[in-house]
Amino acid sequence: MARFVAHGSLRLDGIVPPEMNEEALPFLAAGLPGIPYGTPVPEAYPADSFPRRLLQIPEVAGALRSLVGPDPLVDHHAVHIRQAKEGNAQPLHGDAIIDVRTDAFDVQLMYYPQDVTLEMGGTLSVPGSHLRRTNETDTGRYQNLLGQSRLVCPAGTVVFVHHGLWHGGRRNDSDTVRYMFKIRFNPTVRQQLLWGTSDLHTPAVREELTRGFPWYEQAAGRLEVHNRALLWRQLTGDDRFDLDHWVTRVTNRPTAVAAARTADTAGGESS
Amino acid sequence: MTIRQRVLVLYLTTSALDSKVVGWSRYDGTGRTTPTAGDSDEPPYTTGLDALLDGWRLIQASQLLPPSPGHEYDVSFLKHEFFFEQLVDA
Repeated sequence: MARFVAHGSLRLDGIVPPEMNEEALPFLAAGLPGIPYGTPVPEAYPADSFPRRLLQIPEVAGALRSLVGPDPLVDHHAVHIRQAKEGNAQPLHGDAIIDVRTDAFDVQLMYYPQDVTLEMGGTLSVPGSHLRRTNETDTGRYQNLLGQSRLVCPAGTVVFVHHGLWHGGRRNDSDTVRYMFKIRFNPTVRQQLLWGTSDLHTPAVREELTRGFPWYEQAAGRLEVHNRALLWRQLTGDDRFDLDHWVTRVTNRPTAVAAARTADTAGGESS
Repeated sequence: MTIRQRVLVLYLTTSALDSKVVGWSRYDGTGRTTPTAGDSDEPPYTTGLDALLDGWRLIQASQLLPPSPGHEYDVSFLKHEFFFEQLVDA
């Protein structure tokens, strides 16, 4: 979870079995009908349907449970198709509209049924961009950021992303049509301690949460860590949690009144 | 002779023009190249100054604006944006 809070994504390589990936290609190519916003998973995807079986893969089910908890709602789903040699990329964007919740988040599942090569234009994403307050494609001017991720992955890879993560479908320069199936989930419970927490107080957690990314400006990078500390407080319920004293320092407003100075301690100072 | 503009946008790690490049975009008014999102992992220059040394002309730099009251800890767009141009014979 700490890694997700820092990166804004969780990548699970090749966890969908080959037979399901083969099944997925014609299924996705045929297109899926839309569903009403906010539909419970069992209503959105009947038992034995392809999406339902995808969500029942243990690694997928476990990640979803850890991130948004039990019984999330399906916000919407979509099949994204990048045509062979289609000549353009999506502008860098965050999905939906600006979403500045600090105590809850949606996740999007992105499933890649094929091997994705660099030439096929695998999804561009920017690690650690999910807490930036920007609206949809207003980031479209940014073509490349240092340390960006250009997805290259084996078939059957699933990536979960925070709703705010900057991303975009890259230009497909290959001769192969590329498919990606996306499902957005809304939590229905408070997102607090939903994951395995046996290692909550280990150094590895702080190491993840203080991670910097190459594209961060020097000053804003410190704010990113400050804001992660606030998010971690929400996710753990620990309102004293901090990273490198960033939050504690700037919220320190003592109210205790100092004891009156005595003649011995007043020294020679005067008003 | 037909002159066209090539534009380079660099995002730097501080407001100093000689600080390191953390982001970059290119637009080619000649139409000879078609830069786009996610087309490279390596920046064209290490610093903004390196672009000047290579002949790019700086035409715009971000203003230094204080944060809005109450939003001092918010993060949003990259703050240190520099626009450069080259005029080339098309």
